[in-house]
Amino acid sequence: MSTTREIEDKLMVEMRGVNKWYGDFHVLKDVNLQVRKGERIVICGPSGSGKSTTIRCLNHLEEHQQGDIVVDGTTLNNDLKNIETIRREVGMVFQHFNLFPHLTVLENCALAPIWVRKTPRKEAEELAMKFLRRVKIEEQALKYPGQLSGGQQQRVAIARSLCMNPQVMLFDEPTSALDPEMIKEVLDVMVELADEGMTMLCVTHEMGFAKTVADRVIFMDKGQIIEENEPHEFFNNPQSERTQAFLSQILNH
Amino acid sequence: MTGETLVSDSSKVTDKMLPDLPPPANSTGVIGWMRANLFSNITNTIMTLLAIYILYILVVPSVNWALLTADWIGDSRDACTSGGACWVFIYNRFDQFMYGFYPEAERWRIDLTFFLLVIQVAWLVIPKLPRKGLVSAFVLFVYPIIAYYLLYGGSFGLNLVETHKWGGLSLTLILAIVGIVAALPFGVLLALGRRSEMPIVKSFCVVYIEFWRGIPLITVLFMASVMLPLFVPEEVDFDKLLRAMIGIVLFQSAYMAEVVRGGLQAIPKGQYEAAQALGLNYWKMMGLVVLPQALKMMIPGIVNTFIALFKDTSLVLIIGLFDLLAIVQAGLSDPDWLGYSVEGYAFVALMFWMFCFSMSKYSQHLEKHFHTGHGSR
Ligand SMILES: Nc1ncnc2c1ncn2[C@@H]1O[C@H](COP(=O)(O)OP(=O)(O)OP(=O)(O)O)[C@@H](O)[C@H]1O
Ligand SMILES: [Mg+2]
Repeated sequence: MSTTREIEDKLMVEMRGVNKWYGDFHVLKDVNLQVRKGERIVICGPSGSGKSTTIRCLNHLEEHQQGDIVVDGTTLNNDLKNIETIRREVGMVFQHFNLFPHLTVLENCALAPIWVRKTPRKEAEELAMKFLRRVKIEEQALKYPGQLSGGQQQRVAIARSLCMNPQVMLFDEPTSALDPEMIKEVLDVMVELADEGMTMLCVTHEMGFAKTVADRVIFMDKGQIIEENEPHEFFNNPQSERTQAFLSQILNH
Repeated sequence: MTGETLVSDSSKVTDKMLPDLPPPANSTGVIGWMRANLFSNITNTIMTLLAIYILYILVVPSVNWALLTADWIGDSRDACTSGGACWVFIYNRFDQFMYGFYPEAERWRIDLTFFLLVIQVAWLVIPKLPRKGLVSAFVLFVYPIIAYYLLYGGSFGLNLVETHKWGGLSLTLILAIVGIVAALPFGVLLALGRRSEMPIVKSFCVVYIEFWRGIPLITVLFMASVMLPLFVPEEVDFDKLLRAMIGIVLFQSAYMAEVVRGGLQAIPKGQYEAAQALGLNYWKMMGLVVLPQALKMMIPGIVNTFIALFKDTSLVLIIGLFDLLAIVQAGLSDPDWLGYSVEGYAFVALMFWMFCFSMSKYSQHLEKHFHTGHGSR
């Protein structure tokens, strides 16, 4: 736990009364969430509870139908300009890495800086190398994603997001597709990132990570935020029955 | 990663008894193979003998006619005395079959055009060579201009050669290559449009694709040569070859769109999402992430469409263009060479077969390449 770090008052992410439907299916019900700059949020909950959908709404990979989403001062609506602005500020790491297989690790990382930020190629490659060094994988820069292990690929994916210098990082179960021995190398990178003060929203079942890193843990079920608390309270003194049931399931199995 | 699974799998297997394997095929030899496959029982033996007999009565006379008793070289039909095929006909008119009525002194221009193309395609096909993107861009955007001025002329000190003088195999190739290359960008746009979320764009693309896929090429060519002039003012002299090309490209882009769509469907959703999350807009996402991966997977499909189009181009003979088939046919009606149609058509068939077979082999090779996963890069 890093107590030295400061959470600023500035709101980084705000969701107000967000509702979303897939056809008749009501996936998100009145979701309210405020994340301040530098805060680390862990979202957990049973499968199908809408965790992924929630964070995917933040960078408009999914569209919400009701309510307001404001990211770093920009309101998310159907204005393409706003969507582009927000996507530049928000990095996302996926469960299945989603690296571009036809590009080298270095090219994967330099692609968005070159084409979105208009950084000159040479500078973008230096930037990419800097972040690859940070996730300790610079020696693989010229390989293709298919030649790397899952853990290495996920670290590259994190570096690729960081190259855009995001204000917020979203993680959607970043370790769920990894073999057990590779989970730690990815979590280490994420902990380091948290220590550096990155604002993070992280969907994960790694409760160890939640306990040590999170400022707040959010529990979702059936499209609603059921409970929201700082980790110590959340794990030791869960309020709702559903949270208790969920925690006993994942902690005792 | 596949390497690792293989290793762990085989280490599991070694704990158990290994099953008996049949002996390697080559250790039993040809005789063993024949005994097992051709003469295993009486029915099979009879079938085999019958098949050999049929092959014998078909192949021996053909070989005799085409090769052993054939005449190859001479100036006129008088050279054909041995009773076999009279390849003298082909030999005498070979240049015309290749170049049509293109003036003899200018034929180097056709040679040069195709030579340049072969070099570029070889560059793209040989895996080791670098800068494939640059070469592809050159082939698609610069080379067509060079080819146009080389073939048509009219500037840079080259004499103008009107298109009605073009013909033979070179015309067949030009039609097929222009058809496929020009159809590719349209096909990409149509395929993207068909997957678009904008209803107007989407329905336009669907209607276009289904319209052109529903009519035969021969109709398109008739329309291009008979109907199109009705709509343009008489003073405008609309080149016949150009009209045929436009018809072929419009037709072909519908097929190309379906090939491209197949390639796009093979790209996982996660690739789109990752590109979007990084802030790439639609066109950059398509151009930098999706299409480069999809195009690689589409190459076998493109080659197959090309083969189909290459054969279909012979239909232009009905609108009076002298492609390979038409020019051979024209040669057959020359009084000096009456009666050699078998040789003529055999030659046309052989030429078409050579091109199509090699392309089909190449596309099979690519498919295998992609299948084993080496193509993922
Ligand atoms: N495109 C879609 N169309 C229809 N329903 C969908 C779609 N995507 C997700 N859903 C449904 O929405 C619900 C929430 O999905 P979501 O992926 O957000 O769950 P999750 O909490 O991330 O679950 P998991 O832990 O399994 O990833 C699920 O019931 C899912 O079936
Ligand atoms: Mg999920």
